[in-house]
Amino acid sequence: MSRGDTAATHAPSRRGFLTGSAAAAGVAVGAAGGAYAAHAAQPGPATDTAGLNGARTHDFHGTHQAGVTSSPGAHGAFLAFDLPAGSVKDDLRRLMRLWTDDARRLMSGAGALADTEPELATAPAGLTVTVGWGPKAVALAGGSEAVPSWLRPLPDFSIDALEDRWSDGDLLVMIHSDDPVTVSHALRMVSKDATNLATERWRQTGFRQAYGSHPSGTTMRNLFGQVDGTANPPLASDDFAARVWIQDGWLAGGTSFVLRRIRMELDTWDQVDRIGRENAVGRTVDTGAPLTGEAEHDEPDFDAVDARGFPIISDVSHIRRARPDDPSQRIVRLAYNYDDAPRGNEPAEAGLLFGSLQADVDAQFVPIQRRLAEADLLNVWTTPVGSAVFAILPGCTEDGYLGDTLLD
Amino acid sequence: MKKSLIALAATAALALTACSTDTETGSDGTDAAASLTVADAWVKAVDDGMTGAFALITNGTGDDLTITGATTDAASMVELHETVMDDAGATVMQEVDGGFTVGAGETFTLEPGGNHLMLMGVTAPLEPGAEVSMTLELADGSTVPFTAVVKEFTGAQESYAPESEDMDMSPSASADLDGS
Repeated sequence: MSRGDTAATHAPSRRGFLTGSAAAAGVAVGAAGGAYAAHAAQPGPATDTAGLNGARTHDFHGTHQAGVTSSPGAHGAFLAFDLPAGSVKDDLRRLMRLWTDDARRLMSGAGALADTEPELATAPAGLTVTVGWGPKAVALAGGSEAVPSWLRPLPDFSIDALEDRWSDGDLLVMIHSDDPVTVSHALRMVSKDATNLATERWRQTGFRQAYGSHPSGTTMRNLFGQVDGTANPPLASDDFAARVWIQDGWLAGGTSFVLRRIRMELDTWDQVDRIGRENAVGRTVDTGAPLTGEAEHDEPDFDAVDARGFPIISDVSHIRRARPDDPSQRIVRLAYNYDDAPRGNEPAEAGLLFGSLQADVDAQFVPIQRRLAEADLLNVWTTPVGSAVFAILPGCTEDGYLGDTLLD
Repeated sequence: MKKSLIALAATAALALTACSTDTETGSDGTDAAASLTVADAWVKAVDDGMTGAFALITNGTGDDLTITGATTDAASMVELHETVMDDAGATVMQEVDGGFTVGAGETFTLEPGGNHLMLMGVTAPLEPGAEVSMTLELADGSTVPFTAVVKEFTGAQESYAPESEDMDMSPSASADLDGS
């Protein structure tokens, strides 16, 4: 399946419109003018005039789940569930059939079956509902031999201060939409249908720039003010596919997802001047261009030196440490900001729900995380406080359900 | 949009029923089955006692069709119920006289708080996500098999009408629909 952007009520589709406008005019639209000119395959930011965004839908069915193949909505919820002790395979099958039916209907803009508030489902706004499994669910469905070697908690990193309340889980549901009411309703249906079959372990919600605030396709900013996610390949590209999709076995068409909750110390970040901030990341704050370039998508030049012979992009900057020398180690980022109120005696907490998609956690994500744990100037202001790893199930057909490649 | 939503809903209903039709459908009711279609069928989860089944029933023919009864292995008895307002202003459910008539080309809605199929004497726990095979009986003697999915549901907790004259044979008639 290609990306499932199907604008049911307006033609041309939103994505078709974006592609068409970029191709036809070759124009650099908006404030980031020219930033993406070198990336012909990636439609640049463009104002969306294609119609009511609430009516926008993604196809549920296909080789892959739509939450991976589409650009993430402005609002995201990540829910982890645990399977009760004594769960059997048929319990998981029944839950997957229920969640599949919910996702299929809600993503189309219809209420779920037995939905007591179907009116809350009428504006999907690009809703996606995506399901993943932890090792216990995989073993329940297909035995321990079905559990991929990478499906386990990440190794310990020196920078981690992980809390159980944000970590691990047997099942994951990712809900993305441009409309927060739609997200809330989908979340409610998924939770209701888990009754007696799974218990919610944690819930993390986040946000990106709202739909319509910036031209569609603009790279998001995190709460440090940084352009965040520039290195992602275009969604339908071969590069994206090579990084993300599992090719063989029951997970063919699926992928893996790491969710790291990264607390960001806004108070101490405030004390850093702009030069210090840009040095820590290796990019300018205003455009996100590498310090050696002019535009966001320019390739960083890690060999460039200044008049005194020092690297322009620091060897311990975030982009230098995060960038693999081995292209096979690359990942796809799927991030949301969070900004949570104080709880009890704990202060307010802001940060990034840093999601990473890759075919193999151990081969792609872990080497990057290991390098960042060893040295990354950003570590001064960031602390991972949650960590979870899931297998994202392949998509399913109209006759099937999520997880059927192992449950049937 | 509307058209595509309806198509999707129909597709979803088919998908829900697709996997368990091998044994139950049998050879009966073939004539009416082609004309009366059941979509979005679901049953409220209970461990025992009574529960309700709900669906959208569409009459694709040019003639009115009347549903006179329903059966399922999941319950010892199924009745056709309507929800009415009693003298005190409370909604109560009672067996309907003369069955459910589905007008030609129309869709008849079975829903919580409205018309529904009442399952009494549930034979085994109905667990969320499980599927229940049911059959509608029509006035012309034909039958329409369909599959309903079990859903957890706490809405529309109507009380059952215990004094209904039609119900004198049911010892559990005063229990709540909720059954808990």
